[in-house]
Amino acid sequence: MQFLNMLAASVGSTVSEATSSGSDGDMGFWQSIGNRFYRTFIEENRWKMFLDGLSKTVQITIFAALLGVALGFLVAIIRSTHDLTLHKKKCKSFGDVLLKFFNIICNIYITIIRGTPVVIQLLIMYNIIFASSRNAVMIAILSFGINSGAYVAEIVRSGIMSIDKGQFEASRSIGFDYKSTMIHVILPQALKNILPALGNEFIVLVKETSVAGYVAIMDLTKVGNTVINRTYDAFTPLISVAIFYLIVVLILSFILKRIERRLRNSDH
Amino acid sequence: MTTDNKVLIKVEDLCKSFGDLKVLKGVNAEIKKGDVMVVIGASGSGKSTFLRCLNLLEEPTSGTITFEGVDITAPSVNINKHRQKMGMVFQQFNLFPHKTVLKNMTLGPRKLLKQSKKEAEENAMKLLERVGLADKANAYPNQLSGGQKQRVAIVRALAMNPDVMLFDEPTSALDPEMVGEVLEVMKQLAREGMTMVVVTHEMGFAREVGTDIVFVDEGVIVEQGSPKDFFENPKNPRLKDFLSKVL
Repeated sequence: MQFLNMLAASVGSTVSEATSSGSDGDMGFWQSIGNRFYRTFIEENRWKMFLDGLSKTVQITIFAALLGVALGFLVAIIRSTHDLTLHKKKCKSFGDVLLKFFNIICNIYITIIRGTPVVIQLLIMYNIIFASSRNAVMIAILSFGINSGAYVAEIVRSGIMSIDKGQFEASRSIGFDYKSTMIHVILPQALKNILPALGNEFIVLVKETSVAGYVAIMDLTKVGNTVINRTYDAFTPLISVAIFYLIVVLILSFILKRIERRLRNSDH
Repeated sequence: MTTDNKVLIKVEDLCKSFGDLKVLKGVNAEIKKGDVMVVIGASGSGKSTFLRCLNLLEEPTSGTITFEGVDITAPSVNINKHRQKMGMVFQQFNLFPHKTVLKNMTLGPRKLLKQSKKEAEENAMKLLERVGLADKANAYPNQLSGGQKQRVAIVRALAMNPDVMLFDEPTSALDPEMVGEVLEVMKQLAREGMTMVVVTHEMGFAREVGTDIVFVDEGVIVEQGSPKDFFENPKNPRLKDFLSKVL
């Protein structure tokens, strides 16, 4: 109650009063917290900056995740198709040669992406590959999406390879071709098995976007940093940003748990 | 048995190697419509490989397999079309665990035979009733016993309305008390005139419903005959030895 009263008083008071009160020591603990809260969020409408930052972080995460999943599945299917049909065998048709070629491309992609830091990838995209574009958010989505795709690819591939060979054989013996077998039999089962790992990757991705500030994106982390520089208070913005990330991850975990539970209905 | 003696599957000089290991060394066989060919042999003799070559789950190294007049080993053949006509039942059942019994059975007919949902489900229910599992239509495979799984696997193959059924040791992974229920379904199928090729260790089944018994040893067929000749009058010493151990 005291906190709320104090908060109301702070909001009502003038800016000069809030900024001139350099002597936190004179104030009570709650008043100090309230004052810090005021300067971090209320003053100069900084809550809008946080909201914008949060929305950029969420936006980059969602689109990068979509791109990563699309890329990851594509690469995983190419790699596992190669391993399942062409492993240690000679190419017999043009399609085989093409598959071998794409498999090599996919291997190079995974090696480079997993072997270099995401910040460097982001900076290369921003400063070299898309040097002429200043659409930083788009570039960040591309960078994080391409980065995540390499990890998703390996997760999906492990899922496909974990399905018993008998499932392929049963489907093929009914008369399904390789593609239909993948779509109707293998991928649904693989998806269920990899969901926890995939969820983990999404959670990592949320936090990985915190380096977006390197290319001048005002994401959540960058906003926190900016506010520190304006208010000379590190505590409140950093703890707040941490809590925001935590909330995003908690919501994501909740959604993933729900999906997992729905997919689990076939094992009793 | 049917009087129609049309040859359904003709196997000529079938060889299969896995790397340096020669598993099949020139197998010749003919399966006529309505035949129940039972393939027996020690483990590692190549009998399962022979069966799996029939629908090209294993690609033969050389030799030809003619199914309904078409050489299915030819590279230009669309094997998927022919596999629709060859049902297969596996030792490990291989039901699709993410689909209910009914969905397991209707997947093929709906996607490949383009049956309507209603048609495919009605057909599946009829088959399930025949094997006494109509009440399990909406169960998932993990809720079934081994014997039930295998009966579902058999009717899943039958739902495609095949011309021949291939059985790869269908009772070997079952608890002893469940072997009977699966064999009963297979016997019923044989009585209805279904052409079958069965790899099994169930000598009782071979004797009762087999029309043609084949003994495979070291990649070749060493003896073949009617159940009577085969079991009462074996000529090959390896077969004599084998029978003395399993009978």
